[in-house]
Amino acid sequence: MILTGMTLLLCLVMIGAALVAILGKGLAVAILATGLVSLVASLLFLILAAPDVAMTEAAIGSGLTTFLFFFVLGRVRGGEHD
Amino acid sequence: MIKRLLALLLIGGLGGVFLLLWLDFTPPTELNEVARYYAEQSAPDLGTVNITTAIIVTYRGLDTLGEVTVLFLSAAVVGMVLVRGRRRTAATAEGLVSGGELLASGSRLLVPLILLLGVYIFVNGHLTPGGGFQGGAILASAVLLMLLADPTRRFSHRLITLVESSTGLSYVLLGVVGIVLAGGFLDTRILPLGEFGTLFSAGAIPLIYSLIGLKVGAEFASMLANLSETEAL
Repeated sequence: MILTGMTLLLCLVMIGAALVAILGKGLAVAILATGLVSLVASLLFLILAAPDVAMTEAAIGSGLTTFLFFFVLGRVRGGEHD
Repeated sequence: MIKRLLALLLIGGLGGVFLLLWLDFTPPTELNEVARYYAEQSAPDLGTVNITTAIIVTYRGLDTLGEVTVLFLSAAVVGMVLVRGRRRTAATAEGLVSGGELLASGSRLLVPLILLLGVYIFVNGHLTPGGGFQGGAILASAVLLMLLADPTRRFSHRLITLVESSTGLSYVLLGVVGIVLAGGFLDTRILPLGEFGTLFSAGAIPLIYSLIGLKVGAEFASMLANLSETEAL
């Protein structure tokens, strides 16, 4: 029961973060929000008893990808406006 | 207007498909035939505690080789696309701001620990959750931290290439040895299974997963190094 409630809460957080990523103002906030989506996804994988997938998601999805986006954002900034 | 209507229709249709799937779904009460085979046979056959690793490295070893190849291809493409920008503006690294004292000192403390964690994860892939891909990604995140602390730092591409190609080659060679000594390509029973649950057990699985970990780490590191060496596009 507690697990179901937690899963629902995490899903809501995930949807909220995804909405922030799409509708939010700044690109930096959007990148952080996509990182949060991945982080919550990895928690959900953990609840679904898939620790291997959860580790991959946390390391690549919310770690490397987020910083990769920031890297690229730093490189293209100043050139154009979206 | 019509574009928005089409998008709404598409979303509604997708939602309907998922709703139908969800209404039909009853959680299975027992494992299916393949899953039961893996769950029951991986420990006596291959000596792994972590069933997922047995599936990834041995039963579905060819798929893993394919995944590593895909990752290699994407790293190669990133390098190929970015090398042009690097040649043009190789001398403008002075414009970058350094990461600051906190990040520099912190990274000196954290990088060895992160590297150790990555190695621990892929060496223990047959015992605990995680393995080559996860450990490799963590190794690469140590490289990322070094780059964040000092954006002008340069890594030896020769070393990265050497690690990547030698591990990839040994992985395939180990697979070929499996044809000769054991049941087929990428069969990990070429080494003795050892005592169940210890570090040196499960045949060649720790060896192969360490090779995969180093290869994945080198590939991500080469991507990050290429990105950091490319100045503003």
